[in-house]
Amino acid sequence: MTSPTPPQEMTMDIFLKGIWEENPVFVMLLGMCPVLAVTNTTINALAMGLATTFVLLCSSILVSLLRHAIPKQVRIATYIIIIATFVTMVDYLIQAISLELYNALGAFIQLIVVNCMILGRAESYASRNGLYRSVISACGVGAGFTLALLCLGTVREVLGAGTLLGYPLFGPSFEPWVVMVLPPGGFFVLGCWLLLFAWLRQRKDRTTEALRHGR
Amino acid sequence: MAADSLTFIFLNALVINNFVLALFLGICPFLGVSAKLTTAFSMGLATTLVMIISSLCAWFINQVLVMFDLEFLRLIAYIAVIASAVQLVEMSMKKFSPALFRALGIFLPLITTNCAILGLALFQTFRDYNLAQSLVFSLGAGGGFILAIVLMAGLREKLELAEVPSIAEGAAMTLMLGGILSLIFMGFAGMGGGG
Repeated sequence: MTSPTPPQEMTMDIFLKGIWEENPVFVMLLGMCPVLAVTNTTINALAMGLATTFVLLCSSILVSLLRHAIPKQVRIATYIIIIATFVTMVDYLIQAISLELYNALGAFIQLIVVNCMILGRAESYASRNGLYRSVISACGVGAGFTLALLCLGTVREVLGAGTLLGYPLFGPSFEPWVVMVLPPGGFFVLGCWLLLFAWLRQRKDRTTEALRHGR
Repeated sequence: MAADSLTFIFLNALVINNFVLALFLGICPFLGVSAKLTTAFSMGLATTLVMIISSLCAWFINQVLVMFDLEFLRLIAYIAVIASAVQLVEMSMKKFSPALFRALGIFLPLITTNCAILGLALFQTFRDYNLAQSLVFSLGAGGGFILAIVLMAGLREKLELAEVPSIAEGAAMTLMLGGILSLIFMGFAGMGGGG
């Protein structure tokens, strides 16, 4: 374990950082492939988010526990093998729980292995911090990733199919905006979310600037 | 065209189901290394090279794994092969073209975590391609990757001269461009069946 700091505030900070300040999708732009590919419905987005969070959590735990035992030279290869092991588990798990979901997500479950976000967390956080902090951080980043996927999935499903979680929202006269569930929609919706966040950040900067001048 | 003819497999991977624009594989380098045309092209070439090597190796490994009934090791075996192939390309590039090696920088080792390469190996396994089909498939996918990243780099170089609203600079703009390119590539969908 690392430093015995007062845990309460610290842990909350680490957790929230993953969701907002260092959101893997909207801020760091990591792990974009599944973000764009499997978010055509809300349920797919949720499943993908949970599967990725599970792999992230388990690999963080193992990497953090083994961080003194892994030689520096082969650490990346070791992390990849650890991640691949958990991904294989998730792959068989989803296949057992729901074959329908498994077919909808397709190869993207196995492609969690090459999600740069997981390797990035293992390298930059779990290999340098104790078990407790690594777990909290992995939960935060996982939650941030799942939230981002849900943001995309919900918008795309509502616009592209007129449904939410499979229930129709708008009545029979709604003409679905089909392109939103097709590949281009993924690019457009994510682009719009990024625009929104950039706009919010600029507005916040302007307000702080104005306040400083007013004082 | 029959669905398993070599021409169809090539065209399918190249444009109809373009790896980047239709299947969302390899988005990270597509967004990250597409700022300059020359760098983008060499990145595409390096990725294609790794694709061809790892596709061939993955085919042989799959034969061995199926023979010994060890399919659950497939993912780990594939990723190990890809990592070694990337190492190989990296070493040869360092020897034969140090300038290119420096230009690609951190993105060269990151080819390992390019999902297009693992995706290629997994798809060819799912579809039971034979050796020739795998080779053609990897050539098509590599060509498609080069096509997408070069198109994107060309557009972004032109946009350098345009006045973009400050909130749309960077990733948001690139994603919008990707969306438009993807719309264009949907036009090819009429050429053949899905999958």
